[in-house]
Amino acid sequence: MGIRERLSGNEAAAIAMKQINPDVVAAFPITPSTEIPQYFSTFVSNGEVDTEFVAVESEHSAMSACIGAQAAGGRAMTATSANGLSLMWEMIYIASSLRLPIVMSLVNRAVSGPLNIHNDHSDAMGVRDSGWIQLFSENNQEAYDNLIMAHRIAEHKDVLLPLMVCQDGFITSHSIENIELIEDDKVKEFVGKYQPEHYLLNDKEPIAVGPLDLQGYLFEHKVQQAEAMRKAKDVILEVAKDFEKMTGRKYGLFEEYKMEDAELVVVCMNSTAGTTKATVDELRAKGVKAGLLKIRVFRPFPAEEVAKALTKAKAVAVLDKADSLNAVGGALFEDVVSGMFVSKVNVPTVNYIYGIGGRDTTVQDIESVYNDLSKIVENGDIGNPYRYLGVRGDK
Amino acid sequence: MHNKTDKDATYEELTIGGNIYTAGNAKSFKTGDWRSKTPEYIVENCKQCGLCFNVCPDDAIPVKEDLKRRDFDYDACKGCGVCAKVCPFKAIEMK
Repeated sequence: MGIRERLSGNEAAAIAMKQINPDVVAAFPITPSTEIPQYFSTFVSNGEVDTEFVAVESEHSAMSACIGAQAAGGRAMTATSANGLSLMWEMIYIASSLRLPIVMSLVNRAVSGPLNIHNDHSDAMGVRDSGWIQLFSENNQEAYDNLIMAHRIAEHKDVLLPLMVCQDGFITSHSIENIELIEDDKVKEFVGKYQPEHYLLNDKEPIAVGPLDLQGYLFEHKVQQAEAMRKAKDVILEVAKDFEKMTGRKYGLFEEYKMEDAELVVVCMNSTAGTTKATVDELRAKGVKAGLLKIRVFRPFPAEEVAKALTKAKAVAVLDKADSLNAVGGALFEDVVSGMFVSKVNVPTVNYIYGIGGRDTTVQDIESVYNDLSKIVENGDIGNPYRYLGVRGDK
Repeated sequence: MHNKTDKDATYEELTIGGNIYTAGNAKSFKTGDWRSKTPEYIVENCKQCGLCFNVCPDDAIPVKEDLKRRDFDYDACKGCGVCAKVCPFKAIEMK
């Protein structure tokens, strides 16, 4: 039996980091993730962790310090949001291509401009093709659990990829909810000791990391990354199984909520899944066969599995909390529908861009999506597949 | 698996992330084809003063036990011309 607590998402992430006790944490404050390194530095000052805390002067340096520490043979962690992640951009790709299993807590926030500090997923979507594993979390419990599972996934010999655990800025990061923590010793045992096969501080094996990689090599090294990302799916499920044995909490690539007989399905990520569950319950009480497919693992994207789960639906709405500004639709929508097309799953599917810059998304909003879906089923006509939810002047 | 760095190795054979696990491998990396100008060694002008090989950034001027230089190692020479600049005897000409 775990420890019952009530914590904000940021507190939960900081406590997970304390229990993991990494060798190095390098971070720079940025709203709304600031509290994570703030709480963590308190743990460092109080001697509750053995971590070397590097108070860097920018996020570019935060990621650079993590890369140096991880390549040296240590376990490195960081936390950031939005423009902080943007400033890391160059090093984000270096981390993944050097195959360094760094773990980041990403508290999702709109990437400016115009200046906005509130939640959407434009930061995470900006690095969706950078070779990082991306886990999304509905609430503080999932943000905590995903972090506890993170190192086992990232450091697995078949994976060796950096990993970011996403949670919604303010909505999750600053809201206090009940949570069940795992005992320190159990976390320590579960996460295990970091034992890299090759590392810079090994005096018995002098190595070079990140050499010049021209026409004769880069292609093969990118295929290695792609292969690791494909293999990560199985590893994520293996680790989830062990986690379930320890906590009783079950995790998959995605969560299916009342999907057994669902005809109208919403696909979304992070905290909106909670709002959608409440909507599904209300609609079910009225006899509407509503269901939710909540993506937990966005990278690697479980295209085949998602398509299979949507086979029996009559209409699907994919909710994107970031607009791709490509005149086609959001990133999640494109991944879902391309997965469906390849698996020959032909269900009418539409996209909603919603919640941009922290715009509140209520049960009523989600209910309107299900209403739209039932009209699509009635008329057999999709209409405009690229829609907005909760914007003024929408036609 | 994942232990090779040669140009014919497949992605399953190449080391992860291009890491290099052997020391002194710069020798096998031929930088000579970067050269746009080529130094020519004019033996009859050379006094073996020893200025040129000290300034070569690529160790492209071989010196043997007799402490005398030999002709250029064109696999390594990038053609920077520093050696020609320091030679007081016109024994190196850039072409």
